[in-house]
Amino acid sequence: MELLIFYPLAGFCVLMGLGVIISSSPINSALSLIAMMMGLAGVFVLQQAHFLAILQIIVYAGAIMVLFMFVIMLLNLKSAEEDTWSIRPQNTYVSVLTGFLALGALYKIACVISQAKLDSPAAVPDDFGTVVRVGTTLFTDFVLPFEVASILLLAAMVGAVVLAKNKID
Amino acid sequence: MLNLACLVPIFPLIGSIINGFFGLRIGKNAVGMVACGSVALSFLTVLLMFASLLFTPAEERMFEQVLFTWMAAGDFSVDFGFQIDPLSMVMMLVVTGVGFLIHVYSIGYMHEEYSYYRYFAYLNLFMFSMLLLVMGNNFLVMFIGWEGVGVCSYFLIGYYFEKKSACDAGVKAFVVNRVGDFAFLLAIMYIFNIFGTIDFSDVMHMAPEKLIFGAEPVTIITLLLFIGATGKSAQIPLYTWLPDAMEGPTPVSALIHAATMVTAGVYMVVRCSVLFEMAPLIMLTVAFIGGATALMAATIGMTQYDIKRVLAYSTVSQIGYMFLACGVGAYTAAIFHLVTHAFFKACLFLGSGSVIHGIHGEQDMRKMGGLKEHQPITYITFLISTFAIAGIFPLSGFFSKDEILYHALMDGNIILWGMGATGALLTAFYMFRLVFMTFWGESRVDPHVHPHESPKVMTLPLMILAGLATVGGLLGIPLVHGWHALHNWLEPVLHFDLAATLEHSRHMLHAQGEHPASWAHLLIETEHNVWVEIALMLLSLGIAITGIVGAYFCYVKNPDLPGKFIKGQWGYELVKNKYGVDELYDATIVKPTVVGSFFLWKTADQKGIDGGVNAVANVIGWFSVQARVFQSGFVRNYALFMVMGFLVLLILMF
Amino acid sequence: MDGFVPLNHYLLLSATLFVIGVLGVLLRRNVIVVFMSIEIMLNAVNISLIAFDHYLNNSDGQVFSFMVMCVAAAEVSVGLAIIISMFRNKPTVNLDEFNILKW
Repeated sequence: MELLIFYPLAGFCVLMGLGVIISSSPINSALSLIAMMMGLAGVFVLQQAHFLAILQIIVYAGAIMVLFMFVIMLLNLKSAEEDTWSIRPQNTYVSVLTGFLALGALYKIACVISQAKLDSPAAVPDDFGTVVRVGTTLFTDFVLPFEVASILLLAAMVGAVVLAKNKID
Repeated sequence: MLNLACLVPIFPLIGSIINGFFGLRIGKNAVGMVACGSVALSFLTVLLMFASLLFTPAEERMFEQVLFTWMAAGDFSVDFGFQIDPLSMVMMLVVTGVGFLIHVYSIGYMHEEYSYYRYFAYLNLFMFSMLLLVMGNNFLVMFIGWEGVGVCSYFLIGYYFEKKSACDAGVKAFVVNRVGDFAFLLAIMYIFNIFGTIDFSDVMHMAPEKLIFGAEPVTIITLLLFIGATGKSAQIPLYTWLPDAMEGPTPVSALIHAATMVTAGVYMVVRCSVLFEMAPLIMLTVAFIGGATALMAATIGMTQYDIKRVLAYSTVSQIGYMFLACGVGAYTAAIFHLVTHAFFKACLFLGSGSVIHGIHGEQDMRKMGGLKEHQPITYITFLISTFAIAGIFPLSGFFSKDEILYHALMDGNIILWGMGATGALLTAFYMFRLVFMTFWGESRVDPHVHPHESPKVMTLPLMILAGLATVGGLLGIPLVHGWHALHNWLEPVLHFDLAATLEHSRHMLHAQGEHPASWAHLLIETEHNVWVEIALMLLSLGIAITGIVGAYFCYVKNPDLPGKFIKGQWGYELVKNKYGVDELYDATIVKPTVVGSFFLWKTADQKGIDGGVNAVANVIGWFSVQARVFQSGFVRNYALFMVMGFLVLLILMF
Repeated sequence: MDGFVPLNHYLLLSATLFVIGVLGVLLRRNVIVVFMSIEIMLNAVNISLIAFDHYLNNSDGQVFSFMVMCVAAAEVSVGLAIIISMFRNKPTVNLDEFNILKW
């Protein structure tokens, strides 16, 4: 049953991901990304991580993507010019080499994953992924990282204001 | 009251900092006030301390104030502290007292200068260093002061740094001083090696126990100390810097190169008198160097025409007398002469400054003459000081110089006395030559210049100093036992038990299985012979008067006489060229050093070392040029390399 | 099995999305799209984290993906501000036009 939901969902996500990097208009890319985020929220729900699924929609699809759209509109970006896909000519050899390396790496990964015995999960309790459970972990074991994250966000906020406000000489 | 000691050097330091950093902003009057005020405060503090020292019993007049432990490493521990005893008290009084008067004088003398504040900052810094030198309770604090006065001397000689000759003179003074300083430093290290401490009182107490009379260690230590003293006090062979140092402003010459800094060597020798007493060979060396310097500088002084250079050679000569006194063991006489010399020589220098000021910067005596009508106060004070230095009764120089000559004959030998007496004759001659050429006779001053008397702020210190030069002799009334105030005052410091030391050395030598020569003759006390002293006094008075009369005949009665006399004499030319010592040093030391340095610069450094370094840099540069390909500046390029590296890692790790 | 999704599948999905992100970063010139590709990569990592979390019955992974979201938010805000100020200096979003990074 879960598999039946998973495959279409995963396929949708991959498709939308490809859409992000293929489409020539940034607006289309952004819309594809939003769709991919939604799909991923579904994947999270499938894994019973309800809290994170909600967060995914609120933070990513809601806040971050709005920011993207806002910047795209602000800069008034049209569809990309002549070639959206390109490699710098000077980089050809290195790119080819990287491609071969990527193939090798993929082969390795495939070997590792296929040999692994991974399908005997622990029993999942009922409260897995609920706000209570995640919140308890967050505010007991990870209080310090949580606070640090708040400082990071504050710093990012100030930085964004400073960067966007002043004309850099 | 004595623990005010730490304040004494602090005042001038504060003054120096204020003037140095804010001098331009606070204006000339404030600069002068700060500089003089700080020294005046020091002087008052010293007076208070002197009073309290006076009321302590003679045996307890020794006070040490340790401010903090300066450095401690293993066995080596040095305190930063002050030692107040009668000897350092005398020096402090002279330094702050004369220093204060010269500061006041400087206000008038330097008034036209733009960088007035710089001058006073240096002068105050000098006072600070000099006070450290005389107050330090160990060799290292003394050395700090020693170096400090050296560097201030350098600053002030080179005060007119637009003039090349002033810069050169400053460098020369500094470099020549370094030679002596190095020897002094070696002496300190050797002392630490033997005693394990460099505290004055400890070293002096331990010296009779740890050292063997006349043996090598003490001889080497005292030799090194004495070389240090010759550098700072301008004695043969390191005296050449002092005449050149006259490039500085005249009050500086008076303070540093006459009254205080150059006598530091004498102070140091007296401070280490215990060590010197144990090295008879070095004592003899000191005496002969002192005598020879006194004589030689006096002869050069006779031939110079620059008013300040005459006084400079006179200073060298007078310090020679002090070392002569030290060498024959008459430390009291040395300090006595130091004090009186500080009075009259400061007065002479300031007087010459007043003359130079009055005729707008002219220093050549051939262009002076007849100034006594124009500058009566300067003339009178100058004349009093000249009588004092020539040794005319009852001025201060008479007493101090006479005491030295008496001891040179009684404790030394007839040769030393002969040197001193001849020097005295020459001194009287050249000093009166100076007076006659400057103040008497026809005016040879440039007719466009109108000589004028200096302002009050300059003449007042002159009068005070002349007064001190007059009455200074009362510090050491001769002949009557117990009336010699300075001798009584210094007695506790200079006390040295020769018999016990010899006994101890004998034991130590016996323990080593050696048999010392007989030292019995050293213990024979020379009786104080009043009649000899009186005879010598009359003799030296006669000598002085002869010199004065000689000068009168040569420079007032028939001014053509010296010209005829010296014409074509190779001896005169030799003396006039200062015996060619500068040229000799140039040829033997300076030239080879310069040539060697040129070799090191052009060949060893520029070709060898620089070549090697440049080669390394070039190789690295070549590699960098190759590596520039990766640094394209395109973000995507970097991302590509990053991914590539990541993939390599991935493949390698699994 | 009865329809249970094995861990492998999640990992595969994660890897695929990650590679798509990498390709986007490497191949696109539009700086905004490059930025979006980075977001894809971050999300791919989140999938892995939650999959392992679910597999091991632990909450730490969820907390970490929460942190990743924080970092992503911070990164996006600062990054977009940088893009805007870059755009002010040089009115283009083509990455290949910006090569003054080498000094």
